[in-house]
Amino acid sequence: MSVDPGFSIIAVAAVDLALLTLLLVVAWQMLQSRQLFAVVMLSGIYSLLSAAFFVSLDAVDVAFTEAAVGAGISTVLMLSAMLLTARREKPLKMGRAPVGLIAVLIVGAALFYASIDMPAFGDPDAPANAYVGKDYVERTPNDIAVPNIVTAVLASYRGFDTLGETLVVFTAGVAVMLLLGVGSPRGGRAVSDPDAAPDAETGGDAGKQDA
Amino acid sequence: MRDEHLILRVMMKVLFAPIILFAFYVQFHGDYGPGGGFQAGVIFAVAFILHGLIYGVGATRKALPQGALTVMMAVGVFLYAGTGALTMLLGRNLLAYDAIVPESTHHAGQHYGIIAVEFGVGMAVAATMLTIFYHFAGREPEIRDEDW
Repeated sequence: MSVDPGFSIIAVAAVDLALLTLLLVVAWQMLQSRQLFAVVMLSGIYSLLSAAFFVSLDAVDVAFTEAAVGAGISTVLMLSAMLLTARREKPLKMGRAPVGLIAVLIVGAALFYASIDMPAFGDPDAPANAYVGKDYVERTPNDIAVPNIVTAVLASYRGFDTLGETLVVFTAGVAVMLLLGVGSPRGGRAVSDPDAAPDAETGGDAGKQDA
Repeated sequence: MRDEHLILRVMMKVLFAPIILFAFYVQFHGDYGPGGGFQAGVIFAVAFILHGLIYGVGATRKALPQGALTVMMAVGVFLYAGTGALTMLLGRNLLAYDAIVPESTHHAGQHYGIIAVEFGVGMAVAATMLTIFYHFAGREPEIRDEDW
């Protein structure tokens, strides 16, 4: 069973074009919508589409992470954050100076200009495939003997980096507990502070009177 | 959401175990296929977050209390850093896993070391994600239907 190479190139291009078009449409809808629930859901769809695009770029590990973190956890966290605020975005004030538009156009033009110099996708002479990447691919079977080179780089060659990343995640959890948490991890008990105002509301009023 | 949403509640009961199983598959199959500790931790957390969205965060907190998560977070980081310390105690560099089984000819030490640190990453990520979810969602314990 062989597939005509010309057909497969056209098929890949069609899938890529469809995914990129959908990404643009979703991004535009996110800009247009004032309803925060719709925006959160669309951002989840955007993540899922970009995960599909990463698969077509042969970056399965990145796609997996994007699908799990971007489409899964981020969407849920945005939803639970949305519950704490208003459901609709404030209407946009029209007629402001077009500084933002000009800045976006200039940066966009610069990015387009830079993309001319980028190597073609899968080019064996591209910097990403030439120096360190090639070394990792050549050495992993002898050094680490693990089939997934991404895991070998992440957990062994760059194990110290990943330790740092784990510590960053840990720090984020501790920071959330300190900022939003109530009491101690063992259930929490009220702390008596003799200097503090007896009641939060009266304390606020007292502050106002002092001012 | 107590007595409504029968389909969601039944589906959650059906899906919960497979999601956890998939998380463990991703966790321990990271050497051979896509995935690893970060993704596995997130998938593990997603199972409990789905539970929290459907049954309310209070029920999830009873199933997996915050105290356990705090311990999991610290143990995960400790497992990773401890593996590094172990290889140093065995006389090699930090996280040079070959020190664990030095006589191996096919780098068994690398496999053990990678599985240990990935498991640490998975635990830390899962516990942190759930902690963040508990603390955000816990402020509004139940999602009312009119909020959707």
